[in-house]
Amino acid sequence: MTINIKTPELSRRQVLAGIGGLSFYVAMGANGLRLTSAAAATDNAQKITPWVRIAPNGAITILTAGAEMGQGSMTSLPLIVAEEMDADWSKVTLEWAPAEVETYGYRAGGGRSMSITGSRAVQGYFADLRNVGAQVRKVLLINAAEKWGVDPASLKTEPSVVINPANGQRLSYGEIAGFGKIPEQLPTVDKSELKPKEQFRLIGKSIQRYDIPAKVNGSAQYSIDVRLPDMVYATTLHSPVHEGEPESWNDDAVKAMPGVVATVKLAKGVAVVAERFEQATAARDALKVVWKKSKAAGYNSERALMEDYVKVHADPAAKRTPVDTKGDANASFASAAKLYKAEYRSDYGYHAQMEPLNAVARFNQAGDHVEVWDGTQAPDRCRADVAKTLGFKLEQVTVNQCYMGGGFGRRSLSDYTGEAALVAREVRRPVKLIWTREEDLAHGAFRPQSFQCLEAATDASGKVAGWRHCVVGDGGGLVTGGMKIPYYAVANQQIEQRGVSHGIRLKHWRAVAHVFNVFAIESFVDEMAAQEGMDPIEFRIQRMAMIPRAAKCFETVARMCDWKAKRPDGRALGISISERSGSLGAGVAEISLDQNAGKIRVHKVWLAVDGGIIVTPDAARANIESGILYGLSSVLHERVTIKDGVVQQSNFHDYNLMRMSDLPELMQVSFIDRDAPPSGLGEIGNPFIAAAVANGFYKLTGKRLRHMPFTPERVKEALKA
Amino acid sequence: MVSFTLNEKRVSVSADQATPLLWVIRDHVGLTGTKYGCGAGLCGACTVHINGKAQRSCQIPAASVEGAKVVTIEGLSPDNSHPLQKAWIAEQVAQCGYCQTGQIMKAAELLAENPKPNRDQIVQHMDGNICRCGTYHRIIAAVERASREG
Repeated sequence: MTINIKTPELSRRQVLAGIGGLSFYVAMGANGLRLTSAAAATDNAQKITPWVRIAPNGAITILTAGAEMGQGSMTSLPLIVAEEMDADWSKVTLEWAPAEVETYGYRAGGGRSMSITGSRAVQGYFADLRNVGAQVRKVLLINAAEKWGVDPASLKTEPSVVINPANGQRLSYGEIAGFGKIPEQLPTVDKSELKPKEQFRLIGKSIQRYDIPAKVNGSAQYSIDVRLPDMVYATTLHSPVHEGEPESWNDDAVKAMPGVVATVKLAKGVAVVAERFEQATAARDALKVVWKKSKAAGYNSERALMEDYVKVHADPAAKRTPVDTKGDANASFASAAKLYKAEYRSDYGYHAQMEPLNAVARFNQAGDHVEVWDGTQAPDRCRADVAKTLGFKLEQVTVNQCYMGGGFGRRSLSDYTGEAALVAREVRRPVKLIWTREEDLAHGAFRPQSFQCLEAATDASGKVAGWRHCVVGDGGGLVTGGMKIPYYAVANQQIEQRGVSHGIRLKHWRAVAHVFNVFAIESFVDEMAAQEGMDPIEFRIQRMAMIPRAAKCFETVARMCDWKAKRPDGRALGISISERSGSLGAGVAEISLDQNAGKIRVHKVWLAVDGGIIVTPDAARANIESGILYGLSSVLHERVTIKDGVVQQSNFHDYNLMRMSDLPELMQVSFIDRDAPPSGLGEIGNPFIAAAVANGFYKLTGKRLRHMPFTPERVKEALKA
Repeated sequence: MVSFTLNEKRVSVSADQATPLLWVIRDHVGLTGTKYGCGAGLCGACTVHINGKAQRSCQIPAASVEGAKVVTIEGLSPDNSHPLQKAWIAEQVAQCGYCQTGQIMKAAELLAENPKPNRDQIVQHMDGNICRCGTYHRIIAAVERASREG
């Protein structure tokens, strides 16, 4: 098995030239992705690449639109096609789908998208790719039937072979590709003709990920590894106060430094270009830039979070944006038997993907076409970002996808790729532009900080009848995700946001707002249960109108961790649930505490996930475990603070990430078996963990943690409270 | 000019004496399996072996490897056949994969010193190498497997 994604010089059209066999083109119709004729495909303004090709030697090439940042969807998407094709997976080779959203995108809200964000890859492509695979299989059956003079419906397939059960005749897919034709009347597939779950040979089985062999010997290609003839290196200095424009800098001095080729003014920074990267970074360090004042000047994040947000929340004139409204919350509070209220906070978070942002760009001789190499979560958006930056049309930009050394939401915005293209145009040579780690952090695009106020009202029977949740924070949808509580059918709900604006760069961050909203919601529910002296699971079932799907998750995780069993001395369990991208996950953390050091230790984590059909279970489990640890890292360590408009942290010595010694001894993820379309899994691991830890902390100490992350200082403060 | 042995081949590069070995290996020589993560010796993504010891190549000036034996991930085995590489595939360790070459080089140092490490020894040895995808438990399992299967 090989992956044709390594050689940057390799032209796809060269690869296609001279290949015989069958090529299956795909186009979007009213009912989703379907096979289309070669003629229709090449009639398009854009030449398209066939999604599936079968060579006479049996080799099968399938495009993958699953941008790969470690989550495994580059493997799982073509696996779905192969399943319905009944392809022999060992004969399958993968290629990246080109950045042509109209041809290769999934359906998203009336439009198309190639953005691999919000855990949507498998979810977005599942139904369409099954159809395509099933159509390809039918074409193969039709060709075999014609050759044998039999009814296609009488034939069967085994991996990469068509079989006539009447006489045992066999034709391999390769043999068919040698003589077969794509029929003018393309076969259609009824839903009932798709494989039932029990007949899957690939989906739900132990399939190894494609990318791993190349990732253990250094041959996997990230954009930072791309090397082109005559290439120069660039690095940047952006305004330390976000969004500041450069006014002037010590250009002559910097240009006189060894190896420096040019300096280039960027919208919000300065790039220095040199023959070697080490020369570029030396020149960057020597840059003295006068910046124009921007909105974030003077901003102090801690003051905003501790003081200003509280005032915004208390201000009756503050603008309120409803997120969800059910019933009549005010009436339920007016007639309440008992009221509850609590507040929570969360700091800014940085992605800290291991590969600092970078891209490579090269123009053609005429200067009217640019080719970029980027590890991007959204090749379509990358193309659009670059075109916009250059004032180009989309067709003047070619995107070469690379592996991503982590994405976590940061790599669906290709601002750095646009910069690489600008610099390449300016210096008329291929350019590799790399942000240093310090730059990546200082000029980060963060998960916003937030203040939460939750209130609940119970009726005479003790049931939660009214629910209010208000979040104060910057970033619109980046602070409201995860506020809705689809797992609790509370009758009267008022969920709203009060916006603030600081001029700080913000971005999606693995589950973004779910992280702090679920922390607040599930801590609050635990507080109510504790006040009522009830078991937290019982409280949710009896008082919160928990839906059956959620109850099933709780029952499962309770069994996994033996919820009612006594824990060792100094240990306690905390429990929590979250919804993300259609999946539900209830999880438990077992923690202990070093009181003197203020250090929480998480020993065991159990998570029961309802995510429908699981396409690649081992990779899915790894992805969820990754989410748990990404979440734990942010819960225990990670915070960005901004003083006088400037990010205070600069590298991994002061932006602390979880290390191996923090690893829980046990992480157990269990999938609830449900024959439903797949939902998102990449972000079901992290939102629940903050509340699970905080609720365990309460069980252990009787104190509440109300501000993420739970640093030793905050833990010690909470113990004193 | 700096001369040293890289993966058993003699190399001479015209890099400045102060250039970090990381960039000598990646840009001057062209072996890109060794990664840039932090440039400050904090993450371990750039780990290589210098005279048998795991070192952070972003912190090593070129001049200091004059005459030394340097081994990178490309020199660990020609064909993914090192016990750690086999174990890394068997345990499906890598996610984004960016830190993994550094992890493997660090783990190789451990097994060379201590072929049968226990879990605590593995954690202690590997604690300086960050994996942002959180593959730590699979790294431990892979080191244990490599130690067992050799």
